[in-house]
Amino acid sequence: MSAQNLTELLDVRAGRPADLVLRRATLLDPVAGIDGVHDLVIRAGRIAELTAPGEADATDVEELDAEGLHAFPAFFDPHVHLRTPGQEHKEDVETGTRAAAAGGFCGIIAMANTSPPISTGADVAALREQARAQASVPVGFTATVTAGMEGEELTEMVELREAGAIAFSDDGLPIRSARIMRRALQYQRLCGGTIALHEEDPELSAGGVMHEGAVSAAVGLAGIPSVSESTMIARDAALAAYEGARIHVQHLSAAESVEVVRAAKAAGVRISAEASPHHLCLTDEEVRSLDPGRFKMNPPLRHESDRQALIAALRDGTIECIATDHAPHHLDEKEMPFEQAAMGVTGLETAFAALHTELVLPGVIDLALLVERLAGGAAPFDVPRPTLAPGAEANVALCDLGAEWTVGEDGYESRSSNSWCEGRTLTGRVLVTVAAGQVAYRLRSFSLGVA
Amino acid sequence: MKNLLGIEEIDRAEIEAILDRADSFAEVGRRDIKKVPTLRGRTVVTLFYEASTRTSSSFELAAKRLSADLVSVKASGSSVDKGESLKDTVATLSAYDPAAIVIRHPYAGAAQMVAGWTGAAVVNAGDGKHEHPSQALLDVYTLRRRLGSLEGRRIWIVGDVLHSRVARSNLIAFRRMGAEVTLCGPPTLIPRGIEELGCAVTHSLDRVEEADVVYALRMQLERMDDKFVPSLREYAAAFQIDTRRLGPRQLLMHPGPVNRGVEISGEAIDSPQSLIGEQVAAGLVVRMAILYELLAGRPERPTAIADGAAAEAGTPTIGQPA
Repeated sequence: MSAQNLTELLDVRAGRPADLVLRRATLLDPVAGIDGVHDLVIRAGRIAELTAPGEADATDVEELDAEGLHAFPAFFDPHVHLRTPGQEHKEDVETGTRAAAAGGFCGIIAMANTSPPISTGADVAALREQARAQASVPVGFTATVTAGMEGEELTEMVELREAGAIAFSDDGLPIRSARIMRRALQYQRLCGGTIALHEEDPELSAGGVMHEGAVSAAVGLAGIPSVSESTMIARDAALAAYEGARIHVQHLSAAESVEVVRAAKAAGVRISAEASPHHLCLTDEEVRSLDPGRFKMNPPLRHESDRQALIAALRDGTIECIATDHAPHHLDEKEMPFEQAAMGVTGLETAFAALHTELVLPGVIDLALLVERLAGGAAPFDVPRPTLAPGAEANVALCDLGAEWTVGEDGYESRSSNSWCEGRTLTGRVLVTVAAGQVAYRLRSFSLGVA
Repeated sequence: MKNLLGIEEIDRAEIEAILDRADSFAEVGRRDIKKVPTLRGRTVVTLFYEASTRTSSSFELAAKRLSADLVSVKASGSSVDKGESLKDTVATLSAYDPAAIVIRHPYAGAAQMVAGWTGAAVVNAGDGKHEHPSQALLDVYTLRRRLGSLEGRRIWIVGDVLHSRVARSNLIAFRRMGAEVTLCGPPTLIPRGIEELGCAVTHSLDRVEEADVVYALRMQLERMDDKFVPSLREYAAAFQIDTRRLGPRQLLMHPGPVNRGVEISGEAIDSPQSLIGEQVAAGLVVRMAILYELLAGRPERPTAIADGAAAEAGTPTIGQPA
């Protein structure tokens, strides 16, 4: 029996179910085969009907003039760092989910590498309670694979699942030991839940701060070779095949990794993969600026040929979803020389706009593929895919594809400002997000305009 | 030129302007009274987060020879020991309104960041494994005095390129001055992809006789958290520059400090081909020239400085002995 609504698996602050008519919106839901101008009617938080433009009855409900605007199934991000507990100066459940809503996401999965890491059922229960009080969009919480992320012994995976952990991940760190990895995959048979993997061989990446290649040679920064990622994926794909287990590879960055995932899929391994907007849009050339605020992350920005391989994999489905790896950091942890600065960039608020600007407008991928992949992160975690199909829970992102905006100009919903898009002018903006049947976000100027 | 952050960002004409200026300071250095009043009343701060003998002493002496007030801050024994961030330290020192901050730091990009936080001119005296522009300038200066021009000269840089900011800055500077550069060392110490900077790479000294100049690098044992070569003995057997490998018309350079008997043999250091002593002497006049260019130079340096008349016209501005 699979879930129908996000809130069956994820937690959100309960609010008023939306009653809304999006008048003359251009709808696009490639999975449901919806493509055209309609009135989209949301009643009591569900998609009530799609009518011919101008025909919907808007009596007693709010009506938004959406002529010229696009409505998509809202996006789902399986890789977010909410930094709670322990690092609330970077982000918390409230600010992180607000950032998600502002980016058009109707659901996110939070990583467990908090301080301390989420390793017990009580940790998960406490976070779920917090989400029910504070979260603008539904959140699922992962638990760590190994106790305290120390890589030594497994967490109590069965109890964690019973407490509501959506999946398992030691993200931020690889699982160094093949023996521990194998045991986790064996235990998955008992408790279910995807195991999401940060793939990196620490023996090969040790000391590295950027992609190893001509740029690292030129600027004198220690490199992280692409094979430090691909060799670990190969190991874990082989283990997953052997155990019949299911794994999800996080933030693919290298062409070699794409090849490994493609081959594993062809061989029938139960493996899914994600790529981040920054890896799809940027290359290691950016690091010549030595700006850690926008360009230092792990895995690092790689070569143009790697970026092209990721785009090809996004197209052919080797990579089924886009995940932001939203990694907020305080300014103090970024305003220092590149090697010392913290790794990670934020991405929730800009994911759609950045990919629309960098990949869709130049004709690299089409809009339907972007919309499909931005919600593709639900399936690997058994979360129902957001859809515009009548009858479904309303999860809708209303976007103005022509709107230009400069990132950071009006600040961020996130508590942190380490956006890789800081200062960029992007085309395409989320105006309204409906998540789990509730209005989770409205761009202020837009809602004032229609009031 | 507001700052000197890297060789990467200065062109050949700018390099030559600094070297010409250094020539005129070499003349001052031959006088009995070696001090000029050029920077009187201005403050130079040296901020060193890493150990240094040559670079720190020559920048300090250069500032003093130019009559600047000098504040030397070392990371150990300062608030840096107490955990003060680079940004806060720079803000503190900037409160004294210095004309220049000379910084050495163990991490790449530090000088560039400092330049964004202070109104003072910033001189990069070495940032991690990134750049060491004043070293490259003094090396080009030394070679120019000996060879006239670097155009078409073949220069081999031998040894631990991976950990060397000198290798990176010198590679760029030598090429910009028209030389052909070959990097030589074991594959574990040559960064992958560096040939894209426009140099040849070899892993053997077999053809080193082709070189007009052999630039040996220090094995940076302090930067190695790992064994990059099986043993120093084996490394020396394959890559040490000694008097058998060094021909009589070849020049030998090294940025110092030397690991005697590792990258260079003792005899080679003391051989007539060795320019190591001249490099140190050049360090002073070149660093005087750098401070002069940044602080005393006109807002817009005359474009014709390279030609004789303008260069001559430039000399008197150095002023009379103080």
